[in-house]
Amino acid sequence: MKRDLICIVCPMGCHLSLEEDPSHPKGFKVTGITCKRGEEYAIKEVTAPTRMLTSTVRIEGARLHRLPVRTSSDIPRERIGECMALINELHVQGPVKMGQVLIPNLFGTEANLIASRSL
Amino acid sequence: MNTYELIVVGGGPAGLAAAIEAHQHGARRILILERDRELGGILQQCIHNGFGLHIFKEELTGPEYAERFICQLEALGIEYRLDTMVLDVHEDRTLDVISSKHGFETLKAQAVVLAMGCRERTRGAINIPGTRPAGIFTAGAAQRFVNMEGYMVGKRVVILGSGDIGLIMARRMSLEGAAVLAVAEILPYSGGLTRNIVQCLDDYGIPLYLSHTITSITGRDRVEGVTIARVDERRKPIPGTEIHYDCDTLLLSVGLIPENELSKSIGLALDPVTSGPVVNESMETTVPGIFACGNVVQVHDLVDWVTEEARRAGKSAARFVLGQLKAAAPELVTKAGAGVRYVVPQQIRIENLEKEVDLMLRVTDPCKNKWLVARSGETIIKKAKKAHLTPGEMESLKIPVDKLRGLTGELTLCLEEVAQ
Repeated sequence: MKRDLICIVCPMGCHLSLEEDPSHPKGFKVTGITCKRGEEYAIKEVTAPTRMLTSTVRIEGARLHRLPVRTSSDIPRERIGECMALINELHVQGPVKMGQVLIPNLFGTEANLIASRSL
Repeated sequence: MNTYELIVVGGGPAGLAAAIEAHQHGARRILILERDRELGGILQQCIHNGFGLHIFKEELTGPEYAERFICQLEALGIEYRLDTMVLDVHEDRTLDVISSKHGFETLKAQAVVLAMGCRERTRGAINIPGTRPAGIFTAGAAQRFVNMEGYMVGKRVVILGSGDIGLIMARRMSLEGAAVLAVAEILPYSGGLTRNIVQCLDDYGIPLYLSHTITSITGRDRVEGVTIARVDERRKPIPGTEIHYDCDTLLLSVGLIPENELSKSIGLALDPVTSGPVVNESMETTVPGIFACGNVVQVHDLVDWVTEEARRAGKSAARFVLGQLKAAAPELVTKAGAGVRYVVPQQIRIENLEKEVDLMLRVTDPCKNKWLVARSGETIIKKAKKAHLTPGEMESLKIPVDKLRGLTGELTLCLEEVAQ
């Protein structure tokens, strides 16, 4: 199956095409790239895309009602929905410090959900 | 009268960096005046990541970027006042200020840094036809409601404008359970970063309609629907290309305008293209001792560059207070030539440069493989090859002071073809 992507590694925005190719050492043939990083990006984006997730949670006992939060590192893209469900259930009690871990080891990974400000 | 060495108008990223840098270069008795309930400005509602890659070499969210500067400011003991509005700034550097806590006051400063930021263009500024129901928000206003106040602004959303704030809000509304039906952009290209198109639209299956605009809004009390249509090269809607969406919310992400009411009341010269004050190499405006930085000067796309510009303004303000900044007529005036929309700073006093001048600019159209050239008359002063240029991304050209000595008149920045 052929997939078309726009590379986001740098501002060039190369239009890439990627095709499964068992004869290729990495299992894929990538065309349209102008650098090595583009190939890495394309293969990761197709095989195991990851994202940092940012949102807000309810906070009580603080000056504001919403506390901004983020994952401490990227999580698999397909887990974003589950992660939002956890975030929507979470109520925290202030005060909170920036970087404080609110949910450790999301889905058994190394990523934690952390506060992105003190409140 | 209360007197200060430096008063900074605005406690967002520009004001914070300017105050800290002025302190580090010897200014004391510094005061920041902020009209909101807390420092940090618009960063506090920008909860997404992507800030700080240049300044901190790591990827932060807006609130984290702001908190790093606020902590530094508090560690230095720099004074600030919240919920405080500056009504007027005068040429003699007195400021009329009002707040619930202190009432009306006049404050005096040896130097002033203007860091008021910018505002969003509204529906009124772009003349969209249709009724005037509730449910039409600027993207930034919606961002504040959702991210800080905890209110969802709607369930079925159409977004006009594909600038970064519109794209970020498309993702944010989707994550919070709204259906984002479409993003319409009047230009044939998006002003937003490709990264945001991929991660905010493609990830959530949201269609982007380029060369499209809104031709009608319906609904009496609340938005009930929005119609978009394709536009021709003259940006006129083409009949028969309409698409109608049943929706309850329209978000506008149609540009930002520097907020210069105070600059106008002082009588500063403004640049008609940037809509911000004309500044020199030290970020000083046309009134001595009054400096400006950040989105009030030119709308930036990265906060990291706001911080850099604000540090230059803060340092210069400290030098002014300490009598180290040389007052002289500018030897050079920068001009935007072919392919360049504007250049900041507009004036250069070579004597005040330490190592180099950092010229910031935007191009008029997207293009690839061009020379960015600085010319004085026929002479090429500096040129740099640019593989990729787009109006959405600010460019810069650094010119060492040695190459500028002895020059006078105009310094023109333009794009030139690369010989094949």
